[in-house]
Amino acid sequence: MVDAVFVWRRLVGAQIRSQLQYRLSFALDAFGSFWISFIDFLVVLVIFRNVSRLNEWNVHEVAFLYALSSITFAVTDMLIGQLDQFPQKIRDGNFDILLVRPRGTLFQVIASDFALRRVARVVQGSIVLVYALSTLTIHWTVLRVLVLVVSVPSAIVIFSSIWVVGACIAFWTTDGGEFTNAFTYGGTAMAQYPFDIYATWLRRLLGFVIPLAFVCYFPALYVLGKTDPLGLPRFLEFCSPAVAAVSALVAGLTWRSAVRHYRSAGG
Amino acid sequence: MKRVRVDWEIAKRGWRRYAAYPWATVAGAFTNTIFGFLLAYILLAVYRSRADVGGFDAGDAVTYVWLSQSMIMTVYIFSWWELAWRIRDGSIATDLLRPLNPQRYWLAFDLGRAPYHFVFRGLPPFVLGALVFELRYPSPLDALAFVVSLTLAVVVSFGFRFIYNSIAFWLLDFRGVVTLSTTIVIFFSGMAIPLRFMPTALRDLCYALPFGSVIQTPVDIWLGKRDGAALLGVLGLQLFWALALLAIGQLVLRRATRKLVVQGG
Repeated sequence: MVDAVFVWRRLVGAQIRSQLQYRLSFALDAFGSFWISFIDFLVVLVIFRNVSRLNEWNVHEVAFLYALSSITFAVTDMLIGQLDQFPQKIRDGNFDILLVRPRGTLFQVIASDFALRRVARVVQGSIVLVYALSTLTIHWTVLRVLVLVVSVPSAIVIFSSIWVVGACIAFWTTDGGEFTNAFTYGGTAMAQYPFDIYATWLRRLLGFVIPLAFVCYFPALYVLGKTDPLGLPRFLEFCSPAVAAVSALVAGLTWRSAVRHYRSAGG
Repeated sequence: MKRVRVDWEIAKRGWRRYAAYPWATVAGAFTNTIFGFLLAYILLAVYRSRADVGGFDAGDAVTYVWLSQSMIMTVYIFSWWELAWRIRDGSIATDLLRPLNPQRYWLAFDLGRAPYHFVFRGLPPFVLGALVFELRYPSPLDALAFVVSLTLAVVVSFGFRFIYNSIAFWLLDFRGVVTLSTTIVIFFSGMAIPLRFMPTALRDLCYALPFGSVIQTPVDIWLGKRDGAALLGVLGLQLFWALALLAIGQLVLRRATRKLVVQGG
């Protein structure tokens, strides 16, 4: 495990150094990513120009949901977002190379591409978080701080698990990779808004079967001290880490069985 | 006449290129459907506390969501890099040797691609949306005007894509510029949120710029928000932007070619 972390740091460190070699390219890229992720927040602001509340949520509370969703998604994207290009490895047969190396295949895929430019999105989400926290009156307790702090890695693990399961589709159909977008990009978009505005079937499917409700909605209810408009049991507000652990397990097992299914294209 | 025949052959290839990846089409349509549901419920939550936003009622807004999701690939709103890559890897030199104007070539290709995306990426999400929500449908005349308007929207969008791709002639690191241009189109066209939800001054600006012509104008026409002189007016504006952007693209191309020749490319 320690060894894996060491190797990961070496590999990612090398990529960061190489990406920073092209300064102008990096700056322009980061600038572009910053603004494209800003659109979603402009949409929130435009909506709240027309109404003061979405159900029981005001603009500051939605900004909080938005920030939590976009920061954790951006970190996930930075760490493993290159899984979007993974189908290419299957198509051209380059996945074979990973099979003969003395490390886990998933580890190699993740460590082989680290997109530093996506840090711009983390910055964008953080700005919104500062805005949200400075305008909200939260009665901070130790437990609230703890729930907020723990919700960040939990959300990253949940998003990562969705991404990994989605990437497994490539083992069966190489040009269907975009299916994953519905749950990754669609997932962060959904988590940016309070879940009680969605229809029941959509909430069940994307909130619980794919556990997006545990990314922001439940932790936010607890941190903001809101009563759940859906009237769901309160213990769910503490379940994000457990849900994250189960998601990671499911993702790991899915990847394993998918790799076993793999047949080389003959690269 | 021979020219038009060539255009037609190129357009057919535009259709076939995308028809070659059916699973990508299914997956993309699925993603548009999920986004359609999310946006529809978000906008409906707005209408819980008001009946009208900038001349749109709840039915208009939901129709807007499904129609714009269906148009997303037809007008190719997301990053289009093809020309930029050909410039970067030098294939553009071969393109310039051909007795065809590259802009005309890509326009013909795009006009072949667009109907494929309209049918296979556009219709399925719209039909699914129509099964779940009560959508609005146009009068026969508006339907006809919508088809004209959507075609102009494809040309306006193409004209802009051609220009930002041409940046690659001067800038090898074009990714940031392409991303930023895409961002501008998504927001100012009304793709992210209907222009009708925006403050009046901003909305009027978006309508006047080419971007409003890409999404908001065709949807307005579908919803019967424009008739008589106003309908002719918005179609005229679309036509103006289509021609203006193509002309600018042509100028950019000419300058770039001169530079290429100077470099001995």
